[in-house]
Amino acid sequence: MINVIFSTDFFFTTIRVMTPILFAALACMIFTKGGIDSIGTEGIMLTCALAAPLGSYITKSAILGVIIAMIIGALLSCLFGYVTISLKSEPVLAGIALNTLASGLTIFVIYYATGEKGSTQSLNSPTVANVQIPLLKEIPILGDIFSGHSVLTYLGILITILLAFLIYKTPTGLRIRSVGENPEAAKSVGISILKYKYISLILAGALCGLGGAYMSMSYVSFFSKEMIAGRGFIGMAAESMGRGTPWGVMLSALLFGAADSLAIRLQLLQLPAQLIQTIPYVITIVAIAIYSYSRSKQKKG
Amino acid sequence: MDNEILRMENITKIYPNGVMANKEVNLFVNAGEIHALMGENGAGKSTLMKILFGIEQKDSGKIYFEGKEINTQNAAQTIQLGIGMVHQHFMLVESLRVYENVILGIEPKKGLFTDKESAIQLVKDMAQKYNLNVDPMARVCDISVGVKQKVEILKVLVRGAKLLILDEPTAVLTPQETKELFEQLLLLKQNGHTIIFISHKIKEVRQICDNITVLRGGKYVGTMPVENSTEEEISRFMVGRDVVLKVNKKPAQFGEVLLQLQNVSYTNQENKKMLNNVSFELKRGQILGVAGVEGNGQNELAECIFGFYKNVQGKILLNNEDILQKSINAIRNLGVSYIPEDRIKTGVAKDVTIWENLVSDRIDSKELKQKGLLNHKKIIEMAKSLIKDFAILCKNEQQLAGMLSGGNMQKVVVAREFSSNPELLIANQPTRGIDVGANEFIWKKIVEQRDAGKGILLISADLNEVMELSDSIVVMCDGEVAAYFENSKDITEYDLGLYMLGIKKQTEQERKGA
Repeated sequence: MINVIFSTDFFFTTIRVMTPILFAALACMIFTKGGIDSIGTEGIMLTCALAAPLGSYITKSAILGVIIAMIIGALLSCLFGYVTISLKSEPVLAGIALNTLASGLTIFVIYYATGEKGSTQSLNSPTVANVQIPLLKEIPILGDIFSGHSVLTYLGILITILLAFLIYKTPTGLRIRSVGENPEAAKSVGISILKYKYISLILAGALCGLGGAYMSMSYVSFFSKEMIAGRGFIGMAAESMGRGTPWGVMLSALLFGAADSLAIRLQLLQLPAQLIQTIPYVITIVAIAIYSYSRSKQKKG
Repeated sequence: MDNEILRMENITKIYPNGVMANKEVNLFVNAGEIHALMGENGAGKSTLMKILFGIEQKDSGKIYFEGKEINTQNAAQTIQLGIGMVHQHFMLVESLRVYENVILGIEPKKGLFTDKESAIQLVKDMAQKYNLNVDPMARVCDISVGVKQKVEILKVLVRGAKLLILDEPTAVLTPQETKELFEQLLLLKQNGHTIIFISHKIKEVRQICDNITVLRGGKYVGTMPVENSTEEEISRFMVGRDVVLKVNKKPAQFGEVLLQLQNVSYTNQENKKMLNNVSFELKRGQILGVAGVEGNGQNELAECIFGFYKNVQGKILLNNEDILQKSINAIRNLGVSYIPEDRIKTGVAKDVTIWENLVSDRIDSKELKQKGLLNHKKIIEMAKSLIKDFAILCKNEQQLAGMLSGGNMQKVVVAREFSSNPELLIANQPTRGIDVGANEFIWKKIVEQRDAGKGILLISADLNEVMELSDSIVVMCDGEVAAYFENSKDITEYDLGLYMLGIKKQTEQERKGA
């Protein structure tokens, strides 16, 4: 059984399924740093997952499809921001509304675009390519695990590094963090709260867009309804568990990816599929419980 | 004067709710001096400084800084002119490092990135120059209140402030930290900075300031040099009252002792001693007023008696029973009622109906229940009669408490607390910010309670209220009992001011003998 689970395939799959969670978690990280509720991540990702194949179908270009998804993500995120920041509505309600809207709207749009209600498979839209990394792919084992992923996966890792620089090494990052944590303090030294909130919203929305695009252009080659399946929420968990640092977030995303990957591998064994599919979610709950427990202990100590 | 740096002339500010916070106030500050801005709470100091800093806009008047008229619209513009403010509530981002807080908004850059090295160096240089010992790399959440204040001062200095406004800087400091702060302020003065020091502690002001401007009730009282003034004079300037309301009451008939505090001390979470060895007695049929400048432990005193805190030392006896370790509920059941300082935060639940607010303290009582469920009919009847008795102006008992005016909201609190038939009533600022009619009504109800043989502890920052309503007066200063007067008519407002501001203090014998 150990052999079935811990093969190079397992690790390869882990990275593959980690990618959308990583994007979701990075988006949540930026939301949270800017002091914005990240509960709408799921719905924004779902909408973007549809926008990507539709965009690439219309423009006949995978890259444009991804960019359109990012733009749609940023717009939805700003909409959420406008409703909660400027109109001061309750973020949890606005988030639920956004998520519900996304699941209904996407089905409506695919039906309108393709005449089907389940997926955009019939469009045969362009997808994002997988790439073999020269040199790396020659190395045994490591090559099998790390080479041959989607361009978006590598982009995700690159973005994690860039975000680490942005947040901790640039004035913009410092201002985003100050606006998110103590807006009054930021305001008292003349920083525009709205400006940095919207910078966070656009960044996080675009990250949701990448996550959504990955699901429908790389993970599979089409959009199918409800395909985000809680990854936005798992991203929130990963952000929290990673304590809001880019590296912590990436490690947490990797852990959730491993759980997902484990569930996939275990399906090869003769175990009830329904039970196995719960594994990622059970691990999410357990991980959050452990994390919260350790943090509450730390606070007391 | 030729070296005048700031001139605020005839500043008037009326808030939209009609409160006149400043009426033709003047403030003239010389370059290189430490200028005290004094006055009681609500005297208009903060409003005046907010106007100077551009956070609030004046309705009339003129401001000149370095000879030029200024009219800033926000904090950023004012900072650019060279005016900086250290707020009473610190404006720091807790999770960031000290140097990050200092350079926030004016980050030095190296290409795309923050130039961390030169930022840290900048903070270090400034800290050394003004003897403000801070570790640039420490996280703000890990440093003490005193150090946080130094970070705030650094923040202002780094932005090139020539004029620094410090809003009650010593209110949060321990005596040692205060001493250190004063040394730093004098060093700043030597370096040519001008400081406006907001305070109501006369001793501190006399220690470091050159000139004093006093405001009272939103009006300008005067400016005087410290060297030509005595503490008594300053106090007379600051403390005064316009008698707006009088109360009719019979002479008090004191009964047996109801509440006894013996050496009560309380240290808050920030490790500041808020109450220090407080002892006094309250008898039945007595209104005991607690006078004091706000923040001298009066609020903590009320909350200690009512069971808010755990780590209180000493004894609090109600009818000779120690109530110190009891829960709020148990204390209520022993016959204590409490009108809290902040009616909106603690007094009522805003989004709940009036009748629900009125029964919230007695919802467990058997009288209001029938077979384990609430007896709605009885509750509504009770609510209706309370609304009538206490003249609460509302549509009906179903209206949300948050929809009421301040005075009527306070009447809801008063109705609930008085109708539970308490033996001891703690009234913490019972008439703050309410109209004259409601004020008079609440006073009348308090006197009624006294005549019915209850004990009343009246805490108020309103000198008029304390002097008019109380039978006896305790003065609090710096968490200690500064004076006790068995008969409130024995003391003038002027003398009271001396005790409130810490200029005079009774010895233990005097307090007992009084």
